Amino acid sequence: MNLTINNVVHEFEVDEDTPLLWVLRDTLGMTGTKFGCGVAQCGACSVLIDGQVQRSCSIPAAAVEGRDIKTIEGLSRDNSHPVQQAWIAEDVPQCGYCQSGQIIAAVALLEANPKPSDDEIDKSMTNICRCGSYSRIRKAIHRVANA
Amino acid sequence: MSNESNSRRNFLRGSAVAVGGLSLGFSLSGCSPSANSAELTADPQGLASDVSVWLSIDTSGIITVRVPSAEMGQGVNTSLPQLIAEELDADWSKVISETAPHTSDFVNPSTLSRGTGGSSAVRRWWPTLAKAGAAAKEMLMSAAAQRWDVPVSELSTLNSTVMHSASGRQAGYGELASAAGQLSIPENPVVKSPADYTLIGKPLKRLDSPAKVNGSTTYGIDIVVEGMSYATVAASPNFVGELISMSEADARAVNGVQDVIEMPASHYVNSGIQSIVAIPDTVAVVANSYWQAKKGLAALKPQFSDGGAAGVNNASLTAGFMAALDQEGVQVRNDGDISDSLSRAEKLLEAEYAVPFLAHLTMEPMNCTAHYQSDSVNGDRLEVWAPTQGQSHAVNVLQQAFGLQADQIRLHTTFMGGGFGRRFEADFVVQAAMISRAAKKPIKMVWSREEDLQHDYYRPASASRFQVGLNAEGLPVAWKNVMACPSVAQRNFSAAVVNGADPFSVEGAVNIPYAIENQLVTLKQHDTSIPVGSWRSVGSSHNGFYVESMMDEVAVAGNHDPFELRRKLLQHEPRFLIVLDQLEEKSGWKQAPAAGRFRGMAIHESFASIVGEVAEISIAENGAIKIHNMTCVIDCGKVVNPSIIETQLASAMIDGLTAALRGGIKIEEGRVVQSNFDTYKLMHMAEVPAMAIHIVDNDEAPGGIGEPAVPPSMPALTNAVFAATGRRVRSLPIEPSLA
Repeated sequence: MNLTINNVVHEFEVDEDTPLLWVLRDTLGMTGTKFGCGVAQCGACSVLIDGQVQRSCSIPAAAVEGRDIKTIEGLSRDNSHPVQQAWIAEDVPQCGYCQSGQIIAAVALLEANPKPSDDEIDKSMTNICRCGSYSRIRKAIHRVANA
Repeated sequence: MSNESNSRRNFLRGSAVAVGGLSLGFSLSGCSPSANSAELTADPQGLASDVSVWLSIDTSGIITVRVPSAEMGQGVNTSLPQLIAEELDADWSKVISETAPHTSDFVNPSTLSRGTGGSSAVRRWWPTLAKAGAAAKEMLMSAAAQRWDVPVSELSTLNSTVMHSASGRQAGYGELASAAGQLSIPENPVVKSPADYTLIGKPLKRLDSPAKVNGSTTYGIDIVVEGMSYATVAASPNFVGELISMSEADARAVNGVQDVIEMPASHYVNSGIQSIVAIPDTVAVVANSYWQAKKGLAALKPQFSDGGAAGVNNASLTAGFMAALDQEGVQVRNDGDISDSLSRAEKLLEAEYAVPFLAHLTMEPMNCTAHYQSDSVNGDRLEVWAPTQGQSHAVNVLQQAFGLQADQIRLHTTFMGGGFGRRFEADFVVQAAMISRAAKKPIKMVWSREEDLQHDYYRPASASRFQVGLNAEGLPVAWKNVMACPSVAQRNFSAAVVNGADPFSVEGAVNIPYAIENQLVTLKQHDTSIPVGSWRSVGSSHNGFYVESMMDEVAVAGNHDPFELRRKLLQHEPRFLIVLDQLEEKSGWKQAPAAGRFRGMAIHESFASIVGEVAEISIAENGAIKIHNMTCVIDCGKVVNPSIIETQLASAMIDGLTAALRGGIKIEEGRVVQSNFDTYKLMHMAEVPAMAIHIVDNDEAPGGIGEPAVPPSMPALTNAVFAATGRRVRSLPIEPSLA
């Protein structure tokens, strides 16, 4: 199987039904994308596929061959992406486990809607944060929008 | 663990040795790292990680602080370094933190064990860490004094620099570190007066944020060990049944499956804290990947017996608690004369309350990586990489489970995707080690979310009955509270159970702050087949709801405003009064809310902090509750990091509000019905209210911050529901009862 992840083509062998999440984590060692529920409920495994936010636990890797996949590792390693910068400026993470997915969801939102209202943020940001960092996530999104 | 500690101690040079429980070392490295301010790293060539206990300073001035508490999101990898950096007069931009290795150096002197819980990290570690920082500063100053041949008394420190103002000379800590590391550690370093604090009290940014926004933080589930395989497990769904059948051939036929391992139900006793880990009958599938292990487990179709739990369900459990309320309990408080005062009361209120079992649902499911190596000549060795809140507990239980000595076990604490008390348990650590021993290779064991939700140590369900007598002024003069609750402590800390009274069951009920002359509080321990453990705020998570709901009933019955009633009854508690008055002011309590909005109030002390909250809600025509805003005031004593406090209070309120709205485990045939976030709903962004958080800063001893905002959030909400609807919510969660 071949996948293009963060602009790099990876070639590997896995069971055809393996979800993208487990290819990223177990096969390719890209552990920034997290396992939270396995049923597309929590969003911890969010990645961008052709720029759209998707929950990688519920997408077979075979279904996204040839697509442009972006993970948290592809945003920037040095935290230079504006969304990462805003997350640091607002000191968003607590346990941090959901934040890769939250950041990916925010990148997709801001790409589609550079100045989202609170209502629009509510509608788009449906990932669960068990630490309840929601207020600061909202602030960080506004910070990017107003930069 | 003592071996690792001893070998490091032996490695310390010169006079940098342990003194009175405090040991401290410096890097002796001559190398300088190429650190930049964006991504600081300690010199990998240096000796820092080998020679220091609390902190090391490399020659470029990078200060690495080793944090004894486990970082689960509560901010200890920032707040504890902040305590050291304050005394050290460190340049905060040069401070990095790491979770300390598990050695005897990091056993807390007050608890004689290593573990993180009870909102205690700052409280328990402050004196030790302050001393470490102050000692390091004195050593750096002494090194400068020697270099310049001037008295130490002429020197001062600021921002990681020692200065001699008379001559204008100055030297950075990095320049002085090597020389300082050769000096003896001062036995009684002088710590600062709070008036001189420059870092404590500041909203310093979290040190762990940068790695958490680019995916590079290593949580337990991210551990990779050379040669490891993956495992996932199914434990007895009703906790007590035994494995009776499985399709092992089908599981082994799944591509990548290596092994099927049975782990019979077992108990392990941690004699140190008299704690028991009970693991249900469990079967594990080992495979080349998690996905293959999961498919193997699905093919295995393990079946378990009912174990006599078939009749256990929510209705039977509730009936059991109500019946227990009628049985004689243990008196945990008896002030005045309850019978006489109740009989003479002008008005008598009676009410029964109940709460359900609650799951922890850490964002990162339970997991652990273990490598068990059998060696009949030199003795077996076990290495575990555990997202654990309870290192000493885990090691002690592993010793029992495998007949090992502590020095045969090496434990690494990883970052955790939430803890909330769940990760104090050692069940998942033992399981991973068992699988590794049987599979004869390193194993990363990961639970599915379903396994995690259905095999928790739940917040106990419980029931509470009140009889409260009011006098002619409508004030309570007799308070009788009868409780029925499963014991968390009898399994977890049995030494804490005195005369049949589990202190966790009664905390928050036995110590109400109100001036009520006659009080009788009793507890009937009532255990069920559902495992229970510490959930955020433990006993106060239910007793806060019970007591503050009943106080609201008292206010209504006595025709008092809920704020004014509490104020009258707290005249002897000045710190409560300050919180209460700020809460009234910040919430605008005395001004009527906007049309259609309603408010509820609660105040509760737990973990040495006092928290008052006001919930403002509205209720839609279909009965749906909207929480518009929460006002929260905390007195947690001396403030270390107000930014972290704010996040912890917001987090705790969301936890409590979620539980009050819709939290609760459904049980049928002895097993948990819900399986994932689609059936156990958590709060999303759109539901989260605006939160105004206010911190009363003072110089009192520090209190906890991780848990104390949970208890008042639930009754603040349900008291608001009463204000809106006239319906008293006496049983949680709210949602089914309103629907």
